[in-house]
Amino acid sequence: MTSFLQQAFNGLVSGGFYALLALGLAVIFGMLHVVNFAHGAIYMLGAFGAVALQDTAGLGFWWALLLVPLTAALAGMVLERLFIHRLAALDPLYNFLLTFGIALVCQDLLRMKYGAQSRPYDEGPFPGSVDLGPFDYPAYQVFVLGAAAVVCLAVWLLLTRTRIGTVVRASTERPELTRALGIDTGRWVTPVFGFGVALAALAGVLAAPMRAVNSGMGADLIIAVFAVVVIGGLGSIPGAVVAGFAIGMLQALGNLYVPVLSQTSVFVLMAVVLLVRPAGLFGKEEHAL
Amino acid sequence: MSAHYDEAEVLRGVSLEVGAGEVVTLVGRNGAGKTTLLRCVMGLHRRASGTVRLEGRDLGAVPPHRRARRGLGYVPDDRGIYAGLSVEENLTLPPAKGASPWPLARVYEEFPALGERRRSPGGKLSGGEQQMLALARVLRTGARVLLCDEPTEGLAPIVVERIGEILREAKRNGTAVLLVEQNLRFATTVADRHYLLDRGRIAESLANDDVRQREHELLGYLGL
Repeated sequence: MTSFLQQAFNGLVSGGFYALLALGLAVIFGMLHVVNFAHGAIYMLGAFGAVALQDTAGLGFWWALLLVPLTAALAGMVLERLFIHRLAALDPLYNFLLTFGIALVCQDLLRMKYGAQSRPYDEGPFPGSVDLGPFDYPAYQVFVLGAAAVVCLAVWLLLTRTRIGTVVRASTERPELTRALGIDTGRWVTPVFGFGVALAALAGVLAAPMRAVNSGMGADLIIAVFAVVVIGGLGSIPGAVVAGFAIGMLQALGNLYVPVLSQTSVFVLMAVVLLVRPAGLFGKEEHAL
Repeated sequence: MSAHYDEAEVLRGVSLEVGAGEVVTLVGRNGAGKTTLLRCVMGLHRRASGTVRLEGRDLGAVPPHRRARRGLGYVPDDRGIYAGLSVEENLTLPPAKGASPWPLARVYEEFPALGERRRSPGGKLSGGEQQMLALARVLRTGARVLLCDEPTEGLAPIVVERIGEILREAKRNGTAVLLVEQNLRFATTVADRHYLLDRGRIAESLANDDVRQREHELLGYLGL
């Protein structure tokens, strides 16, 4: 029972990373109809950003948590203005070529500079462990889980309680009609892309103290995140969050009981969901690509 | 005005005018180009040529969202309700920019059913309620021109009657209404003039009396 609970907790923590990344992909897809294959690379850059701030400027975790997502948002907005917005009128294949190409360039640049080895990051805040009753758990990971939950909730409130959120949801559901009703949807595209990118960078900073920071870390994670997005429904915000945490749990518990299946279970689930509900659990048919 | 879909020419040299306080209907078979014409006026159709003027000013290079802000109110053929937005969010999404926008209180007074369901998602409304919401949404903005694509389609007679009242009231307030309509009886109760659109051309311009006298012939023509 203790190992079950402990594994379930591990699952929730990695689910938090999935949820943050899937959330960014969902808002970007909703507003831009672009699947951002560079999302994993941005997560990796976020983690490297934290390492670099520590090594070169001596700025610790909390500074990184503030500065890295902000920088990523700005860089993301520049990227959107320079390249991404040109995709709107093109075949979706160009979307894949451009964003996947950006991911490969980022990975290889980092590999050139730092090699394939993992970079050490000093311990994050909250060293030690917390007594969770049946077992002790690393305090930092409890913090990560809490932070992921808070960010997901904040994004949800932003989308459902603010004018910008209403505009984003409306544009996601009916982009053309939203323009015909007097909303300049183009104005929101760049900030929304920056926001989604910042969420990925934030996940990267949160990962730096507890995961191996290397140029491949994003590529490893993003495959599972895409499965999460497909299962939750492309463009669906609740789908991204619920599927993110659920897949984290499924993987962790699969690891405990059927270790052989722990890596494949996600994709088996994805195949089943695609057969039964091609638009994903929370998706609507018109969202399907 | 002309418009294309890939190879096909959908509108060929259509020209029409709607005055303030006037209701004009477009009748025609499916595929005659009625919906495309409304989309061209709204600036949504990419492959269109010709000019759209609002009070003498050319809207040619004006993007759809600015056309809406200048007073065009669009009610698309599928009602255009956001399933994921609440009734109130649907209502308040378009900015109120016109000369005489309605306050929300007035919308709920005129449409009590929408007031009762202000927190429900738009997707949960009945077809009639959705049509009311679509009309209320453009009226709230104070639009001076209403572009309504088959607002009565598939609705119960009592709802159709209510839509007639709304359009007649808009007309009294000086709003110009361009209405796509297949229900000829209904059209004659609200409209001043009618255009018969046939394969992208205006085949005939009809007065209410023409439509009443030739109802049988026209219905046969429309395939109804």
